[in-house]
Amino acid sequence: MTETARALWSLGGIVLAVLSLAAGLIWVERRLLAVWQERYGPNRVGPLGLGQVLADTVKLLFKEDWIPPFADRPVFVLAPTIVMITVLTSFAVVPVAPGIGVVDLNVGVLFVLAMSSLGAYSVVLAGWSSNSKYSLLGGLRAASQMISYEVFMGLALMGVVVLAGSFDLRRIVEAQRDGWFCGPQLLGLVAFLVAGLAETHRLPFDLPEAESELVAGFHSEYSGMKFGMFFVGEYLGVILISALTTTLFFGGWLGPWLPPVVWLLLKTFVLIAFFVLCRATLPRPRFDQLTGYAWKWLLPLTLVNLAVTGAIRLALEGP
Amino acid sequence: MTSPGSSPADAPSIPHERPEILGQLERRFGDELGAGFRVQATVDGVPTVWVPAGDAERVLHHLKLEVERPYPMLFDLTAIDERLRGHRRDQPASDFTVVYQLLSFDRNEDLRVKVALAGDAPSLPSVTSLWSCADWYEREAFDMFGVRFEGHPHLQRILMPPTWKGHPLRKDHPARATEMEPFRQSEARQEAEQEALRFRPEDWGMKRGDDDHDFLFLNLGPQHPGTHGVLRLALQLDGEEIVDVVPDIGYHHRGAEKMAERQSWHTFIPYTDRVDYLGGVTNNLPYLLAVERLAGIEVPPRARMIRVMLVELFRLASHLVWFGTFVQDVGMLSPVFYMFVDRERIFDIVEAVCGARMHPGWFRIGGVAQDLPRGWDDLVGDFLDYLPRRLDDYERMILPNRIFRDRTVGIGAYTREEAIDWGVTGPGLRACGFGWDFRKERPYSGYDELDFDVPIAEGGDCYARAEVRLEEMRQSLRIVRQCVDGMPSGETKADHPLATPPRKPRTMEDIETLIHHFLSVSWGPVIPPGESAATIEATKGANGYYLVSDGETRPYRARIRTPSFPHMQMVPWISRGHLVPDLLAVLGSIDFVLADIDR
Repeated sequence: MTETARALWSLGGIVLAVLSLAAGLIWVERRLLAVWQERYGPNRVGPLGLGQVLADTVKLLFKEDWIPPFADRPVFVLAPTIVMITVLTSFAVVPVAPGIGVVDLNVGVLFVLAMSSLGAYSVVLAGWSSNSKYSLLGGLRAASQMISYEVFMGLALMGVVVLAGSFDLRRIVEAQRDGWFCGPQLLGLVAFLVAGLAETHRLPFDLPEAESELVAGFHSEYSGMKFGMFFVGEYLGVILISALTTTLFFGGWLGPWLPPVVWLLLKTFVLIAFFVLCRATLPRPRFDQLTGYAWKWLLPLTLVNLAVTGAIRLALEGP
Repeated sequence: MTSPGSSPADAPSIPHERPEILGQLERRFGDELGAGFRVQATVDGVPTVWVPAGDAERVLHHLKLEVERPYPMLFDLTAIDERLRGHRRDQPASDFTVVYQLLSFDRNEDLRVKVALAGDAPSLPSVTSLWSCADWYEREAFDMFGVRFEGHPHLQRILMPPTWKGHPLRKDHPARATEMEPFRQSEARQEAEQEALRFRPEDWGMKRGDDDHDFLFLNLGPQHPGTHGVLRLALQLDGEEIVDVVPDIGYHHRGAEKMAERQSWHTFIPYTDRVDYLGGVTNNLPYLLAVERLAGIEVPPRARMIRVMLVELFRLASHLVWFGTFVQDVGMLSPVFYMFVDRERIFDIVEAVCGARMHPGWFRIGGVAQDLPRGWDDLVGDFLDYLPRRLDDYERMILPNRIFRDRTVGIGAYTREEAIDWGVTGPGLRACGFGWDFRKERPYSGYDELDFDVPIAEGGDCYARAEVRLEEMRQSLRIVRQCVDGMPSGETKADHPLATPPRKPRTMEDIETLIHHFLSVSWGPVIPPGESAATIEATKGANGYYLVSDGETRPYRARIRTPSFPHMQMVPWISRGHLVPDLLAVLGSIDFVLADIDR
């Protein structure tokens, strides 16, 4: 098999797998929430209610593709695609297993961070182009949220980069053969998870959406598959952050007995469940409080973490 | 059987000797006002004085600020259309009467001040400068009766649509759709109605912008996930900071007070259930206490305790819904499900006792509909063992949570004085450190024989209100436990000719009893003329019914004073300067029900 063919196979496989995982998450999240909330969740359609995924997809696809007359048409249509594109592109640098992955960039970590910054445009533009007050407030909150978590999200990962000596995600995984980074980089892990929650707009940081305050926030005016893209985009984001956390802090595909792909999936799933658990547990802070936490606590903490990691590394191995 | 006129044991313990305030007022105003000053005797023993329209404000000012042991709270303000009323002994001539009901905490006494107004366009000076809460009450009286309050800042309709013709609680206003033109909504009319609802900031004295930036005006509701019903709040925003709020209520108005005038005394009971629709039978109680006092009925001990037990179970159910939805409003999604599971267990009990769940309409004039079913004590006992652990869980799960505290501590805070000025009662008042509870202060229905505490908290903010209600649930459990342990035996309905439905056994033996039974069932009982009010500690605060009987089979006037109405009125005052998310926390914490606001 030529190099190109393999890359294409990987690409197709990963896109397909990631998209079906995202769709499957609809069911997983609803069932998990139900378990934690003393209810049943979707259990009617098909075995264990798994048919719900299909039913939801069909419903979204067949809904009228409506654009409100007062919206800014081109931007309104473009906004949901941005989140899909940026998140899917980010998956390109996630190493699935030895030999499986779309591309190994030597700046993989930076690429992911760049894509995540671009992804925030999706929500801001959606809020702006909808030309509705609730959407606008949601978009504004998304912008304020972005300047809160972006600052420490990158810094949280720099400790890992210092330890691995590379921005390449595959080399970062290889560097964890002797021990996962979740131990020495515990602070970085916590900060990255918080940033990840904020990045994916999941409770407790679903401020741009905030049902009880802004109805549906930035996507109030969206329906049908365009809403579906935000919906799937959110789940894709959850998978991405979970897969990245696995790669950066929990040794990626590394693990005994089982095939590497299975290890990655297992670890990712545990993190996804953690995301759902957060949603089931925590109340939502106010957006100014989120900014406060981010700048007053997490930014200094990640800076300290980076400085200490760097100092120890220098002391142990020399410049 | 008790003879009418004797003091029923079920009545709140208001002293029946001549209240001191009447003498004080007579000395102060008697000479000055001459024949304009008059004292009226009432069945419920609430001191009632008539004053001329021009002097009302002065007298009220005196009562609020000058008299020793003053009346700081305007508990209720309403009107009566007297034009068709027959029994008006020792009352001055009047077409419309405006009634101020004041509450003195020091005296633990109510006082009714009445003002007689003549003619088709009655008017009198506004008291909005004396009490903040008078604003909405005066607007309501204007809306319902067309009484003009001179000097009121925004004397507009409040419950009816702005385009409504006529004043619904006037006796000449039709009460049924069949008495009116058939309703048709043409395209043009729909447009006009929608246009009439448009919010214009200038009407409320708001500016559209500051020197360098515009304000955002946001319609929150009438359909909004955070308002718990059809409530509309027009927000004036600077960014997300709230500059001002104008609540627009009335979307849930069903004319409960007007309906009372067309229902028999008995058939109005189920309508009361739907006023505070989370409170179920709690709503029956103040209405029936007032009716029973008019009729002179003494409720047997077993019926009283069944009432107390069901009322406390409904208090628990209501508080659980409140707690769940409140924390959901601040973003905590799970507790509401746990609490609805608990509430379902309460409804299992209610269903076993009453056959219905949310609105059993179970209380009757003189008692309750039926005795408790076999096995009720085990059912309630199991629940009493089950809930305390769950409450402990909720307390640990929610109250110490850092984010929850950040969202609620110091948000929507008011002081005790502000609360009283705005007419706040119930847990909202007790969260300001003021332990006023009608169950303790004016025990009704046998609360004086039960042992419970009145929880209070300090701060008057959203967090304090949560603390109070959580502890109240524990106290309710204590009361229910005592009801299970000490349920007296005996009758569940008074043996009184006016109790409903009337007793059956002897109807088939003599014709007189059969006729009386037939009339009492078909027309309903004739309640003796008079006026009586009863107030209870309902789930959300003080719920009071003020009934006027003209010696007919139906109320001449039924005034429903609900706690949610003044509480909602206070929302703008406590939300200014906060952010939009805080407004939702405030709304969640004050615990209102739209039907309880709009009736």
